[in-house]
Amino acid sequence: MNYLTRRLVTFPLVMLGVSVLVFISIRLVPGDAITAMLGTEAGLLTPAQRASLETYFGMDQSWFTQYWQWLGGALHGNLGISVTYGKPVLEVILRVFPLTLELALLSMIVALAVGLPAGIYAATHAEKPSDLIVRIVAMIGQSTPSFVVALLAIYALSVWFGILPAMGSFTPLWQDPLQNLAQMILPALTLGFAFAAAVTRISRSAMLDILSDDYVRTARAKGVPARKVIWHHALPNALIPVVTVSGVEFGYLLGGAVIVEQVFALPGLGRTVLDAILQRDYPLVQGSVLFIALNFMIVNLLVDLAYAALDPRIRLGGN
Amino acid sequence: MVRHFGKHLVSALAVATALGLTGMAMPAAAATLKMAWSQDATGLDPHKQTAFSSIRLLELVYEPLLRTDSELNLAPAIASSWEFSEDGKTLTFKLDPNAKFSNGDKVMPSDVKASFERILDEATSAAARSNFLSIESIDTPDDETVVFNLSQPDVPLLTAMSSINAAIVPESAIEAGTIGTEAIGSGPFTLKSWDPNSKEVLEANPEWAGGTVGVDGIDISVLPDETAILASLRTGQVDFALINDPLVATLVPNNPNLTLNREPVLSYHVLQLNADEGAMKELKVRQAISCAIDRQDVLDAALLGEGKVTGPLTMPAYATDPSELFCYTQDLDKAKELMKEAGYENGFSAKVIAATGEPPTAASEAQVIQSELAEIGIKLDIEMMELNVYVDRWLKGDFDMAVALNGGRTDPYTMYNRYWTKDGNLAHVAHYGDDTLDTLMQEGRVETDPAKRKAIFAEFSKHITEMSPWIWLYTGYSYTASSDKVQGFTADPTGSLFGLSAVTVGE
Repeated sequence: MNYLTRRLVTFPLVMLGVSVLVFISIRLVPGDAITAMLGTEAGLLTPAQRASLETYFGMDQSWFTQYWQWLGGALHGNLGISVTYGKPVLEVILRVFPLTLELALLSMIVALAVGLPAGIYAATHAEKPSDLIVRIVAMIGQSTPSFVVALLAIYALSVWFGILPAMGSFTPLWQDPLQNLAQMILPALTLGFAFAAAVTRISRSAMLDILSDDYVRTARAKGVPARKVIWHHALPNALIPVVTVSGVEFGYLLGGAVIVEQVFALPGLGRTVLDAILQRDYPLVQGSVLFIALNFMIVNLLVDLAYAALDPRIRLGGN
Repeated sequence: MVRHFGKHLVSALAVATALGLTGMAMPAAAATLKMAWSQDATGLDPHKQTAFSSIRLLELVYEPLLRTDSELNLAPAIASSWEFSEDGKTLTFKLDPNAKFSNGDKVMPSDVKASFERILDEATSAAARSNFLSIESIDTPDDETVVFNLSQPDVPLLTAMSSINAAIVPESAIEAGTIGTEAIGSGPFTLKSWDPNSKEVLEANPEWAGGTVGVDGIDISVLPDETAILASLRTGQVDFALINDPLVATLVPNNPNLTLNREPVLSYHVLQLNADEGAMKELKVRQAISCAIDRQDVLDAALLGEGKVTGPLTMPAYATDPSELFCYTQDLDKAKELMKEAGYENGFSAKVIAATGEPPTAASEAQVIQSELAEIGIKLDIEMMELNVYVDRWLKGDFDMAVALNGGRTDPYTMYNRYWTKDGNLAHVAHYGDDTLDTLMQEGRVETDPAKRKAIFAEFSKHITEMSPWIWLYTGYSYTASSDKVQGFTADPTGSLFGLSAVTVGE
């Protein structure tokens, strides 16, 4: 078996583990879909009324039976019906996911476009005042919570300029790209800010390491121009830790940046999962967490494959 | 115009292209109200949804037989008139012959009958079922008359029937099982689309028998962060918004083009005691707690004074002057004396539960109460928890004390029978009951003379505040904020947004 197949084989096992964990943990939280829907009025239900609601939500079965039925459905691509939306879970997830994917991609573009040049610049100007400034900005970027940045951005735009991205009624990219970008650019910058800071720091230190390596010194000694040394010799190797960091961060963003989606009122995956948990919408929680886990595994796999592409010395799996 | 310009300025900047400016020539949708709220409805079945957020949406789409006006008097909705028989055991409604569902069908007595039968069917799990148990049978003698035959006189039945939880839905939809997935009502608006936790689109219902709707429709955005709602109001992206957080509401008047509507509500903030266990079994300890708490002080500190001190009955028609009630003026000496008499002069420890963010002021309320009770030696530990967990604990009656925001009703019996009658569904949560309360509630239920009813419930207020199973604190306000473009909104003490049917939007 080659590396790729072996990795792919582990996917279902991990998913199974995740599904069991989620299944149990969401049920361990006190409260159920009935109290979530009726609130304190749930106390007014007669035993017969409660029983009929429990049958409706499938809560009258043992956990094992519930899991078994859910698993059977999931194997056929049926993740169940969301209680709040009254629609198949997969349909709900696929409707909200494009937004989250777009947000994550835009944030990564921002992060790489800003972070990589900044990191290389800082490394090649190490210990000069300009390096210090880049490092301080990166430090601020990494340590400021994204919701603070988000609220500051909203405040500045609405109070000083009297404008705001249209919130609450999201326009998909394919309907009106301009409108869509207008809505996405602020959240993407907000998330990209911290992401770029991480990329800057990691690319600076990776670059510094590599610039002191023997082969770089050799290249320099041979009279290769400084620009070429950096971009052709050092950069590909310096990219490896950057890819790692970006992969982890990107995988995290695919799970939905809950707070930023909340502040900017974007109906993405993060908010959907949060609402599902608060509503005790078990099928939706299970389905979306599984979906997020799958995304994470795919991204990790891609990161590993990217290592091999970037550095021929890394051979995956070995023969 | 500012609104459209703003949006497109952003896109123009964002993509740095002139395209955004040409896109400005969007037609102005003059008569659509743009609205925002932070909590979305959780479902469409009017008989099952009890959350404020759901009811506010459903009230625009469905109609009950009766409605309450802004003074909380009963007013016609689907029914144009109603009448109790001499013995109070038959209730006859005449339906408005013009009432129509949004699918064009006339509202028939059979629809009324089917709706109430659905509510009474235990398998439906209708939340308001317990309010309608006196209904024995329903007759439909002709095309405009519905007769309810009751097992006993039941005056509060009328107010229960004015709730959206008693909405009239089409018999055909009940049979088809589509209630909850499609919204067909006879109200001022029809629900065109619903994207949970994102947006709703409502259109004016041309078939509505209640009059002409002032706008073409309402676009509702769900903006979970209330400061973002304020920002949207400021920038003109939203014309009308519902605001829950008093802190955000108090910022609205700072903006010249915005108006804050503040309406006292029926729901009340209360400190609930567990009189079944420990020190609080003692009447004197409960009374000491009542005397130790400065209600106005809690209101000022926790809610910025946004509200007013209340007794148990919050509806204007039945409310009594709080100063006449037991220990409504703080009296620490009396409180300490009572603690001593009860044998707790060294105080005791207790835990108080509160839900995070529901109401937004729950934590600060608990803290002020904690510091006030410390003065008479009661050491309070505050347990904050997520709303669902809180509701779960609360429904089990599993607490020493609970900071709660309870919903109000327009009728005292409907509001309190669940807690203060011995077989009330939530009697175990109330943790207290006595014969006087039980008798007064039953007398109030069957009394048809309004003046006598008022006297009965005044007695109820007096007795229960003296027994102090709960310490009633205050009622707050419901807030709506609107821009100058919006005219004609009347707020409602039930928090209903039905007033939106009369609103017009100018340029």
